[in-house]
Amino acid sequence: MSAFANIVAGGVFHAAVLFLVAAGLQLVFGVQKIVNLACGSFYALGAYFGIIFIGYANELGVSPWLILPGLIVSGILLGFIGPPIERMLRTVYGRDESFQLLLTFALVLMFQDVFKFVWGANPRSLDSTYLIYGTISAGDFSIPVYNLLVILAAVAIAAGLGGFLKGTNYGRILRATAENRAMSEALGVDVRRIYSIVFTLGAVLGTTAGALVVPTAAASLDMAIEFVIEAFAVVVIGGLGSMRGALAGALIVGLIRALSIVYFPELEVLAIYMIVIAVLLLRPVGLFGRAVA
Amino acid sequence: MKMSSSAWVAIAGTAALAALPFVVPPYYVGLMIPFFGYAIALLGFNLLFGYTGQLSFGHAMFLGVGAYGAAIIAGVWGIKSFEVVLLGVMIGAAIIALPIGLLCMRYIGIFFGMLTLAFGMLFHSFLFKFYHLTGGDSGMRVPRMNILGLEFTKYNKVELLAGPFYYYCLALLVIAGLVMWRIVHSPFGLHLKTIRDNARKAEYLGVHVHRFRLAAFVISAVFGAAGGAILGFRIGLADPELVYWTQSGQLVFMAVLGGFTNFFGPIVGALTYTLLQDQLQSLTEYWRFILGAILALIVIGVPEGIAGLAANIGRRFNGKTA
Repeated sequence: MSAFANIVAGGVFHAAVLFLVAAGLQLVFGVQKIVNLACGSFYALGAYFGIIFIGYANELGVSPWLILPGLIVSGILLGFIGPPIERMLRTVYGRDESFQLLLTFALVLMFQDVFKFVWGANPRSLDSTYLIYGTISAGDFSIPVYNLLVILAAVAIAAGLGGFLKGTNYGRILRATAENRAMSEALGVDVRRIYSIVFTLGAVLGTTAGALVVPTAAASLDMAIEFVIEAFAVVVIGGLGSMRGALAGALIVGLIRALSIVYFPELEVLAIYMIVIAVLLLRPVGLFGRAVA
Repeated sequence: MKMSSSAWVAIAGTAALAALPFVVPPYYVGLMIPFFGYAIALLGFNLLFGYTGQLSFGHAMFLGVGAYGAAIIAGVWGIKSFEVVLLGVMIGAAIIALPIGLLCMRYIGIFFGMLTLAFGMLFHSFLFKFYHLTGGDSGMRVPRMNILGLEFTKYNKVELLAGPFYYYCLALLVIAGLVMWRIVHSPFGLHLKTIRDNARKAEYLGVHVHRFRLAAFVISAVFGAAGGAILGFRIGLADPELVYWTQSGQLVFMAVLGGFTNFFGPIVGALTYTLLQDQLQSLTEYWRFILGAILALIVIGVPEGIAGLAANIGRRFNGKTA
């Protein structure tokens, strides 16, 4: 029973990270109608910078309690790459979606070699930094406090994002632009700025997720192209453009992965895609998606 | 006029390729084998992408069907005839593509892309995880096969690839090109273009949109498997990397590089990409970055691709002289 609880806790941690990246993907798709394949590259970028940050923090003897907030801040600071990339994507906004997809694919290729150039081809990892906060145990069940904090941070970010989108004026403008770009433009919304901000926000969600995951896992060249596929699965299951969908999808994918690794290792990835296909066939708009005309 | 100029381009291209082994060193001749494989696969891919307007982001799956099919037919079953292998993988691809197409063809645009991506990755993880069936990440060996019943025992592998197999593949490409030319210029091809341009109107006019899209998908899969078998023959190995989603992205890259609006675009794209990748790989470890930058520039600046650009220049030139 407690073994099962451990697996579930691992799955929820994975889901929390997955949610952040998928939320970035959703935000960009929801407002800009662009499927950003490079969101996995943002995630990897965040992870590499997370390693740099922790390296410095260890050298300077920063209090361990500042590690987690520091990682989040370094993820947010990486948002500076958002606006220039958005500027590049702007050239294809009016065109077919396959061009937009391809342009983000070009970004994936370029990021891949930037990582290789700067950080080398070997995976970079930190030895068990996630244990700095200790673990909580109850009987056989145990969870590192760091993982718990990351889950809480993801929940807080989800709540903050939801509050921002639903509760603030700016959030309403964002949703209105997502709903009807031409109309909000006619009403005086600076859509260019909105796009720039949305894309940056999406990138920040990705980089923050990467920075948060790095104390528990290695940063590697493959993580960008592997994670984007998982994030893709999440948004398809949850429904393109839906935040609630990203949450549900992330939980489904995270838990299924955690459970299948233990019980049916051969089905680990297979199970995720089978659910993706099942969802697309039974409910093509996803669990929380809405039909688009 | 248009027919004859296309025919001239095709004849000149074929003649140039036929003369190539006499002019360039064997290394480059061997390099052309993957070009033939990709070109044949892309001819099929473009029926789906360029002519029907459906972007598949999982088409590497059918390259995999071709390569693994060759490994199974020639390696496991021991039927070492490349013609049998080709026929086998093409039939196999059609059988696999039919149910997948039935499921995917209801969707268009980004949903179709995602669904094909999901199927592609499903296939990849099957190849990767079912070690006892597929050899997992080490893949399956594709043994040397005879072509047209001839063994060519006095040739080693490199000589075989640069000699008889080169011409064999050239012949395959010409056949594939002719078949595809027939397809896109038949009423069937016209139906596909109508569906691409306005699916709803096509449906009003009584076109079975789903059925035509499905047919295009199956045909493109068959071409993809033939290309994959050639790739497998050359490498001597079928491994899961061939099916990974980035490989599918590469296929789209080649199609856009060459120009998917032009019949010859995919062939030009496959050629340019193969040479470019080879040159960049010998120049720098960071060839992906340069390829990515080129892709970005093409998407932004030259969306019609190399062949489209050439056709435009040709048209402008003709317009001025006439």
